Amino acid sequence: MSEYVTVKIDGQEIKAKPGEKLLWVALDNDIYIPHLCGIRSEERSNASCRLCFVEIEGIPRPVTSCTKTVEDGMVVITRSERVDRLVKTAFELILSDHNLKCRECPANRNCVLQVIAKKRKIKLRHDRFKPIAREYELDDSPAGFAFDRSRCVLCGQCIWADREEAKVGAIGFTKRGINRVVTTFKDLPLAESICTQCMLCVEACPVGALFYKKKEPHTATADKS
Amino acid sequence: MSSLTPKELYNKLSQEAISHDEAHQEKTRVMVGTATCGVAAGALKIKADFIREVEAKNLQDEVDIVEVGCIGHCYAEPLAIIAKPGHPAICYGHLDDGLVHRLVEDFLAGDDPSYEYAMAALERNDVFPTFEDFPRGVYEQKLILEQCGFIDARDINSYIARDGYSALAMALEEKPGWILDEVKASNLRGRGGAGFPAGRKWEACIRSKGEEIYVICNADEGDPGAFMDRSILESDPHLVIEGMILCAFAVGARKGYLYIRAEYPRAVTHVQEAIDQARVKGLLGESILGTDFSFDLEIFQGSGAFVCGEATALVNSMEGKMGMPESRPPRLAQKGYRGKPTVLNNVKTFAYVPLIIRKGAKWFKEIGTPENPGTAVFSLVGKVVNTGLVEVPMGTTLRQLIYEVGDGLPNGKEFKAVQIGGPSGGCLPETALDVPIDFDSLQDAGAIMGSGGLVVMDEDDCMVSVARYFLEFTQHESCGKCTFCRLGTKHMLDILTGITKGEGDDETLNLLEELAEDVRDGSLCNLGRTAPNPVLTTLKYFRDEYKAHILEGRCPAKVCRDLLLYYIEPPKCSKLCNVCVGSCPTEAIFTRDDGLKEIDQEKCVKCDNCLKACPDEYNAVVKLSPPVLPSEKERKAK
Ligand SMILES: Cc1cc2nc3c(=O)[nH]c(=O)nc-3n(C[C@H](O)[C@H](O)[C@H](O)COP(=O)(O)O)c2cc1C
Ligand code: SF4
Ligand code: FES
Repeated sequence: MSEYVTVKIDGQEIKAKPGEKLLWVALDNDIYIPHLCGIRSEERSNASCRLCFVEIEGIPRPVTSCTKTVEDGMVVITRSERVDRLVKTAFELILSDHNLKCRECPANRNCVLQVIAKKRKIKLRHDRFKPIAREYELDDSPAGFAFDRSRCVLCGQCIWADREEAKVGAIGFTKRGINRVVTTFKDLPLAESICTQCMLCVEACPVGALFYKKKEPHTATADKS
Repeated sequence: MSSLTPKELYNKLSQEAISHDEAHQEKTRVMVGTATCGVAAGALKIKADFIREVEAKNLQDEVDIVEVGCIGHCYAEPLAIIAKPGHPAICYGHLDDGLVHRLVEDFLAGDDPSYEYAMAALERNDVFPTFEDFPRGVYEQKLILEQCGFIDARDINSYIARDGYSALAMALEEKPGWILDEVKASNLRGRGGAGFPAGRKWEACIRSKGEEIYVICNADEGDPGAFMDRSILESDPHLVIEGMILCAFAVGARKGYLYIRAEYPRAVTHVQEAIDQARVKGLLGESILGTDFSFDLEIFQGSGAFVCGEATALVNSMEGKMGMPESRPPRLAQKGYRGKPTVLNNVKTFAYVPLIIRKGAKWFKEIGTPENPGTAVFSLVGKVVNTGLVEVPMGTTLRQLIYEVGDGLPNGKEFKAVQIGGPSGGCLPETALDVPIDFDSLQDAGAIMGSGGLVVMDEDDCMVSVARYFLEFTQHESCGKCTFCRLGTKHMLDILTGITKGEGDDETLNLLEELAEDVRDGSLCNLGRTAPNPVLTTLKYFRDEYKAHILEGRCPAKVCRDLLLYYIEPPKCSKLCNVCVGSCPTEAIFTRDDGLKEIDQEKCVKCDNCLKACPDEYNAVVKLSPPVLPSEKERKAK
């Protein structure tokens, strides 16, 4: 196999390693594609957020770029009417189930949802879908962090960090359908589970669902980068 | 290896089976249809009745009473076939203990076949018509259902005596590539819903060149109302097993699984017995028919979630993970069960294989249409006279299926729509009735072949409620992994629920349609991708009905409870009868000073009891939609 393949994304010729997924190739070359659930080192993406759609020449429908392996000569565009429409709907669906009180959120100005909204010019507040009202209990049992499920977008980044980086396996997805949540075995509060409170999951959370507790008295909140 | 060739070994098995079967045929046989459909109608009691009556007449040495599967005439269950030497085998339907008593007395003890109670004969004869002589016989053609209900599903000899496993014996004397070539040439398309060519799938698996290869039969069949796969497994399990063995030989697999839903206990039992019997005969296990080809089968009982029928979710669930779909590629043919190349096919797909090998690809291609050869199997339900399992050549039109095979709609009602393809199928109107039934034409019309459920609907069905009903099912069954399906179907359902209450405007319909299209185009697996079909097709073909709900507050079919009220028409009320008053659970009906009955709308819970209770000679209770009383209407008019 040759050392690299050449793909064209939005008119730009790009050399990429064979086997790489289109999403990461684009991002590495400063071409933005919205994404929440993709994980670079995973061979098979969860492909669950449905935000990373692009159009590829020769394929009749928009496809998720996190699942598409680059091929030599591939011609890709990241924006089209169909892509924008799908991304907008997926994004608004996610927002309809997200606690949108940004000002009260520790991730305010440091939140991937805000980035997507800005880059794709989609309003955070929209009226297409009624917010799905539900109550979640805040889990603030750990010493240094807390988990507010009303902000969780089910991207799975924390679960990956817990399993693959921390190698603990304290959290996972449970329940089906609209009730899908991230939780511990038997739904225990984090502090009562096997969680070691390493906080790698907090680092991984792209929104404000897993967040550091403010240190008392006022020390700066850990900076997420 | 044995010194005998597979064919020689098979011939021995076959002779044994035939003499075994003939020994049976010297006696009178009563075959009671005890597939799940029959059992639900009381077949086990009928079987007990036969045993009791036969013993009462002291005929137990002359009469065998056996259980057979479903013959597809489910509307006439419980039913039984009586094969008495000297008479054609005859099928009797709608059995009860009285009829059983008569049949035993007149036919088994006496010699009068009681034709007045017979449905049809099973073989051509000079005295009584067969099922093929029914008007529907012209349209039906049974391939994979041919033996269902006629052979003893629990005795392998019954299958072998009718050429069963002869395809295997034939194939084992050829190279594996021969089977693949035949299956490819036959253009057999997967019957699990999507219609992917089976030969191409097998070939992809062979190309993956795995050391270990698995063959899996998808018998998850989770669609409400679908029971074709169950019937085949219960009634003719060896047909599917032989198909799987042939596939295994073609792709080089040594191990296979049948993924059967745990709610199908009879299918599990029958298949397990069949596997055990096939092993004993040397048709499964080590050195099949004396060759160096070994293959074994095991049942895996599925836990029930609908989405587990999806190929990747099924494999995850077999591996002990959550039954959730994965993005593809890699395909199962590359990386399937335990990461190994895997062939996954539907029950029916495998069932065709022995027939194709036995009779040739050319024979198969002559049935149906060139692009869609073979037959389609449907469970015909809803507002149709002959409900049951039907098998017709691909290309038969919906009209022929509903009006000729199904004998039309009962009670003189008007046809409104046919929902085809299970909960994620589409609803097609009268104008689409001449669409031929095949994978491509149905897809073009907005429906899908799906699992082969076919529900006929009449003027009393509300298309908004129907769309809501099916979407409620898929929304409930969404695994929740991906955004469009998890949240999109939820919002669609909420919007539809609103419409059934008269909420919304033209914009609501546009939003619903847009969202449905996006869920179709954006979801990860085919559950989400097909879930919008009922909504999209009803919006396309029955938009006026949606509009009546939101713009006029009217449900044309008078189904949506929030948009109707119950009313007793004074000129029709007899005054003298009190039936409605007694039928009402909330005491909402009272007698006015003038003797007429009236419903207190505040108290009425719209249970429909009074409408049913009011005697036919009056029919005074009616439903009004929009829910406006005539008196109010008059007031408004002024
Ligand atoms: C939600 C969902 C449920 C499914 N359920 C079944 C099923 O019960 N039986 C089946 O054979 N295929 C089912 N399928 C289709 C399978 O994914 C797969 O396409 C099929 O088993 C392949 O076999 P075939 O090529 O013989 O059709 C389902 C698909 C989806 C998306
Ligand atoms: S489409 Fe539905 S069932 Fe399929 S992966 Fe997405 S959420 Fe799960
Ligand atoms: S990043 Fe591709 S679907 Fe989430």
